[in-house]
Amino acid sequence: MIEGMVIAGIATGANDGYIYVRAEYPKAVARLTLAIEQATELGLLGDNILGTNFSFKMHINRGAGAFVCGEGSALTASIEGKRGMPRTKPPRTVEHGLFDKPTVLNNVETYANVSTIINKGSEWFKKIGTENSTGTKTFALTGNIQNAGLIEVPMGTTLREVIFDIGGGVRDGGEFKAVQIGGPSGGCLTEEHFDLPLDFDSLSKVGAIIGSGGLVVMDQKTCMVEVARFFMDFTQKESCGKCVPCREGTKRMLEILNRIVDGKGEDGDIELLKELGEAISKTALCGLGKTAAGPVLSTIKYFENEYKAHIYDKKCPAGACQKLKTITIDPELCKGCSKCARNCPVNAIKGEIKKPFVIDQKLCIKCGACLSNCPFKAIKEM
Amino acid sequence: MSEYMIIDGIKAEINGEKNILELARKVGIEIPAFCYDPELSIYGACRMCMFEDERGRLEASCSTPPRAGMVIKTNTAKLRKYRKMILELLLANHCRDCTTCHMSGKCRLQEFAYKFNIEGVRFPNNACQLSPDHSSYCILRDPGKCILCGKCVRMCNEIQSVGAIDYAFRGSKMKIATAFDGDIANSPCVGCGQCAAVCPTGAITIRDDADLVWKALGNPEVEVSVQVAPAVRVGLGTEFGFEEGTNVMGKLVTALKEMGFDKVYDTNIGADLTIMEESNELIHRIKKGGKLPMFTSCCPAWIRFAEDKYPDLLDNISTCKSPMQMLAATVKATYKGEKKHVHVAIMPCSAKKDEAKRAKFNGDVDYVLSAQEVVRMIREHGIHFKYLEESLPDVPFKEYTGASVIFGASGGVMEAALRTAVETITGQKLGNVEFSEVRGMQGVKEAEYAVGDLNVKVAVVSGLKNATEICNKVRSGECDYQFIEIMSCPGGCVNGGGQPFVDAFKRSDMDYKGMRASGLYKTDANMSARKSHENSAISALYDNFFGEVGGHKAHELLHTHYEPKNK
Repeated sequence: MIEGMVIAGIATGANDGYIYVRAEYPKAVARLTLAIEQATELGLLGDNILGTNFSFKMHINRGAGAFVCGEGSALTASIEGKRGMPRTKPPRTVEHGLFDKPTVLNNVETYANVSTIINKGSEWFKKIGTENSTGTKTFALTGNIQNAGLIEVPMGTTLREVIFDIGGGVRDGGEFKAVQIGGPSGGCLTEEHFDLPLDFDSLSKVGAIIGSGGLVVMDQKTCMVEVARFFMDFTQKESCGKCVPCREGTKRMLEILNRIVDGKGEDGDIELLKELGEAISKTALCGLGKTAAGPVLSTIKYFENEYKAHIYDKKCPAGACQKLKTITIDPELCKGCSKCARNCPVNAIKGEIKKPFVIDQKLCIKCGACLSNCPFKAIKEM
Repeated sequence: MSEYMIIDGIKAEINGEKNILELARKVGIEIPAFCYDPELSIYGACRMCMFEDERGRLEASCSTPPRAGMVIKTNTAKLRKYRKMILELLLANHCRDCTTCHMSGKCRLQEFAYKFNIEGVRFPNNACQLSPDHSSYCILRDPGKCILCGKCVRMCNEIQSVGAIDYAFRGSKMKIATAFDGDIANSPCVGCGQCAAVCPTGAITIRDDADLVWKALGNPEVEVSVQVAPAVRVGLGTEFGFEEGTNVMGKLVTALKEMGFDKVYDTNIGADLTIMEESNELIHRIKKGGKLPMFTSCCPAWIRFAEDKYPDLLDNISTCKSPMQMLAATVKATYKGEKKHVHVAIMPCSAKKDEAKRAKFNGDVDYVLSAQEVVRMIREHGIHFKYLEESLPDVPFKEYTGASVIFGASGGVMEAALRTAVETITGQKLGNVEFSEVRGMQGVKEAEYAVGDLNVKVAVVSGLKNATEICNKVRSGECDYQFIEIMSCPGGCVNGGGQPFVDAFKRSDMDYKGMRASGLYKTDANMSARKSHENSAISALYDNFFGEVGGHKAHELLHTHYEPKNK
């Protein structure tokens, strides 16, 4: 990466390079610092590199962990000491970037590829991957997967190869449900996409993105509404708050998702989520907002029935949403000891001693206190 | 060859317009926007001003430069749908107590909600529960009304370089806040009110003290006198159907009398007094080697600004009180009545409310009303302002000169002071009393005059960002002015924070500041006495009350001193 940045410096006439890295990644910061020190000692960085009259200095800027600072203009603002907030474009960062100077701004992976491409030639590089997505791509494979970790595969590798050949399939013998691709604002892919090549064009056709290269594998026990809610909670907190659709729209989407997983979903919620999602995607100022609704829209697309089950039947098909669980006492197994009733914080359990007890579902808050206290395993959660 | 683009089927010639929104307005198409203001930097946050191109892509018109051959539409089904959603989202997070809001009828959000036929809001609303900040004497902040368009932040930082407010927190928790989210009264805020002047909703408004004044007016035990500042008379006419910049002082005097003010005085007398003292001080400083350059002291927001940011330059500021405080001190000191005396000042300014509370001024001004409040009071009283007879202010504070009435425009104090200083130094009558070099709405004006054997170099500055630049030059010794006029509000008091609210589009469409200023210059040109020292009422005041200009009594009542702000 450092070599790639130096080459970019030579190509554009820049003499300073900045690495923007989260302060919460101390190991990365330590390694980068060491690498820069070593490169400087070897005369590969600093003044008059390798005896030429080209000088290049590298700076590490530690960000305070704002997701939106991955957006170019927010990133440059943050390095300048300003609020990490995207601005309107044009001008783009290649015209007015860091300290108002033309700036070459790229991801780590892009710079890391530069020296290999120069050494081995572009023809060699183009042989890897697909026609329009050349080279390799790193993914962070995680979730309910046997072999989690960072992987690098040629562009166009199928999801099946990644999940089963490399990842070793779903963890603990579970059944595959979906994979979330592209980070917190990426979309979900399902079984029907197993043979989809992971490249820019193919993914864009199914409404997904490569994005940050995150691949989160989910099994049948994962609730897709909860997944959407989780990511919306993240993007809402990470929104800079500048533009109306992202600031207010994601807040309202989260509000709706919260009430759905709490069993308070209403008729029309799915439509309202879609309406909000579309408006935010089309009108938001930056990439964060434009993609914020991705997880919600794609889970609605592929798992609308799960949403409907939450809203109309007040059930979570994956059995993951605590507030939608039904806790019942099996009258066959209940000995009527009253321990559950005594442990219930809301007095939802009633009955006569030595006769089966009953849970009043209207009062039950699904806390599970009865479950853990029953000596006869008579209480079931569904 | 001319370049064109097509907007809603209309061929629009591109003539260096910075963005499509401006070009569209030139061909008569109003694209809705909350956060756009041509005087401020582009923010691009409200997303109301989006347009659709031929390929169905949406872009914000405020931040897209026009390009030859572009074909766009500004009002499609898609755009309407998204605009309505944006409005619904804003309304859901807005304290909609419109009937008790000062901005009702002038609020951009209310206007758009009506125009776009928003019939309901599908989201819960807790905005009215956010606590307002009423700590300042000048402005009130209500976060529940804020739509985060960022105009106030840009005004405070870009135009005024005060930096009292900025964005804080992220996502839906984002808000406009002072440093460490404290009260605005404990921030570097100077009270200029320019934030309120650009706020499209009721999130920042000028404090309203009308009830206190009504109470005094209704009390038979109290005599209530009032003074009216020069800029007010050309500022509030539009609220009653007059053309921008019309001098409506005569009708205002009648209205104030109808409302129950016992005496109506003209702040212009205070302005003439200021010139007597200030030009005397200037000549003294020049001839006796005093601290130069001398800065004017009429503007209370500038004084606050200097006390906070330029404590080392406080000795450069004229010790003269402002015209408001000079007249108030004189009115109070010469009051011979039996009743308790309450003195009210009607100002184009929000910072004057804070000035009146300064301990050094002994409460000479009991209440300051902004022009906005007076407009409301006139309406509340049921006065048909437009059809009022004109009347004159009361003796002994009614006779003024043309020099004083131009105080309301940037450069006016300078010109008035020059008229008197030049004649005093040379002992000869000026042929032409107009110093046109210091007129106009530019933020920085410079001029040099040969006065007798002196060479007087002056600067006139309005807007505190411009003031910062000139103060830095004074500090570093880069400039050699003798006299500098500073007004906080761009264009001077005609554009004061207390003047009636001017809609964002009107602000860019017409030179309302220039029109108000020319209303004052017109009044000046029609006066027979155009120099403060030719005011016979002022001569009588010195003869019968103050004694000498710059003398002991004058110093006691008409001068003050400044202290660095406690850090």
